[in-house]
Amino acid sequence: MEWVNALLQGTLLGGLYALFAAGLSLIFGVMRLVNIAHGDLIVLGAYLGLSVTTVLGFHPMLALIVVVPAMAIFGYVLQRGILNQTLGKDILPPLLVTFGLSVIIQNALLETYSADPQKMNAGALETASVSLGGLSVGVLPVLTFAIAIAVIATLQWIFYRTALGRAFRATSDNQEIAQLMGLNRRHIFGLAMALALAVTAIAGIMLGIRTSFDPSIGGGRLIFGFEAVIIGGLGNLWGTLVGGVILGVAQTIGAKIDPGWQLLAGHLTFLVILAVKPNGLFPRISE
Amino acid sequence: MAAFLELDKVSKAFGAVTVADNLSFAVQQGEALGVIGPNGAGKTSMFNLITGTLSPNAGQITFDGADVTHNSAAKRCRAGMARSFQVPQPFSGMTVFENAMIAATQAGGMHGTEAEQFCLDVLNQTELLDRANTLAGGLTLLGRKRLELTRALCAKPKLLMLDEIAGGLTEAECRSLVQTIKDIHARGVTIIWIEHVVHALMAVVDKLMVIDFGRKIAEGEPRTIMDSPEVQEIYLGIAADA
Repeated sequence: MEWVNALLQGTLLGGLYALFAAGLSLIFGVMRLVNIAHGDLIVLGAYLGLSVTTVLGFHPMLALIVVVPAMAIFGYVLQRGILNQTLGKDILPPLLVTFGLSVIIQNALLETYSADPQKMNAGALETASVSLGGLSVGVLPVLTFAIAIAVIATLQWIFYRTALGRAFRATSDNQEIAQLMGLNRRHIFGLAMALALAVTAIAGIMLGIRTSFDPSIGGGRLIFGFEAVIIGGLGNLWGTLVGGVILGVAQTIGAKIDPGWQLLAGHLTFLVILAVKPNGLFPRISE
Repeated sequence: MAAFLELDKVSKAFGAVTVADNLSFAVQQGEALGVIGPNGAGKTSMFNLITGTLSPNAGQITFDGADVTHNSAAKRCRAGMARSFQVPQPFSGMTVFENAMIAATQAGGMHGTEAEQFCLDVLNQTELLDRANTLAGGLTLLGRKRLELTRALCAKPKLLMLDEIAGGLTEAECRSLVQTIKDIHARGVTIIWIEHVVHALMAVVDKLMVIDFGRKIAEGEPRTIMDSPEVQEIYLGIAADA
């Protein structure tokens, strides 16, 4: 039963990792941009949530209605103002610039909020649990997992059922022709980043309710996000969810064997999958 | 009457390679201009200059009464230019219908059901309707050529530029394509058509232009141009009396 429990907790944890990864996956899918600052943007989302809850007295879940649009606007401005300038044939400039951005965000957070670990207070939601056939399942992890599914389903719907999604896919497919079709690449990329950071805001808040956070933890979240994306296969959003779940399960099973093995087990699983299937389990982009 | 599209002394060179050399010509509204010339003569580069994927070193391009020399490709497209590519370049991961919708919504400025209906009409006209839900990457050569035409038409162009759209097609395929292009022209769309398949070209165009080494060699009534010794020699590579 303990193992079943570990499996279940790991699966639910995977929902959070999928949230970390969805924005990363989206940005890479649309503009082939590897965003090193993604983890720090998640943490930024958590801190914005913290500010909204303390200043306005909102419940963290309610803070989403402020933080999500704020992050989306920030994403659009960031893309149009800085990141578009770095995109080109060379993949190095966007890596360097987003790395720089990562350092800037970390230090700005440090300056504003200090290095003390913070946590959002979600009241009863944090501890509430339901009994499920002998297992005690936390409401928060279940909620996080449900949100992850909703987010990915929504992204999938946007990509394959809306004009905006068509524009994303056309630009991703062939930028030059897309330009000739009257699509403004810079604007489309701006919208993609806005959407990605809206998802990142959700990830940040769910993170901030679940655990304590400080300005330095972005790097770790970035790695989890990366691993989930790579395990699932590039360009496949449902694959990203599966990747997140595999990573989450590997970590909880590892922790079950020995508490010190949690992270190691996740990374080892990632390495094994990378070695066996370098394109991930369900790749959509074949290049 | 001011010309619909006018190139005035347009030049473009990549190092020692000149793709446009003081190129000047004008197309009137509703006209169909055919362009011929040997491989590497600068025909496709001329399209790139007109649509804005290349910017000229010198000269001026006016379209529909406005100087567009420094406008982006996207802007020129929305102003009413559309082109097909010699080597078809569909959005291969998207369906035929989605490819058409991109052109109709982005370049053609249409929305919702209006755009959908328009795309279906164009697909019907270009005989791709039964392939509407096929991924563009899975089309045959004729299918891809038709998709190029479809996408260009879905942009509701005032000026349609076709780049060797008949190349590589069978005789029957070519005939039906020519008929489609004739119909489009009959509706008042201005056309510039680069083509090696001369008989297809002659069936449609009102005027013929010959370019070589980025220069205009000749321009005028199609039959006269084709029969001129200059063209016979330079373009077809045969002696004038042959």
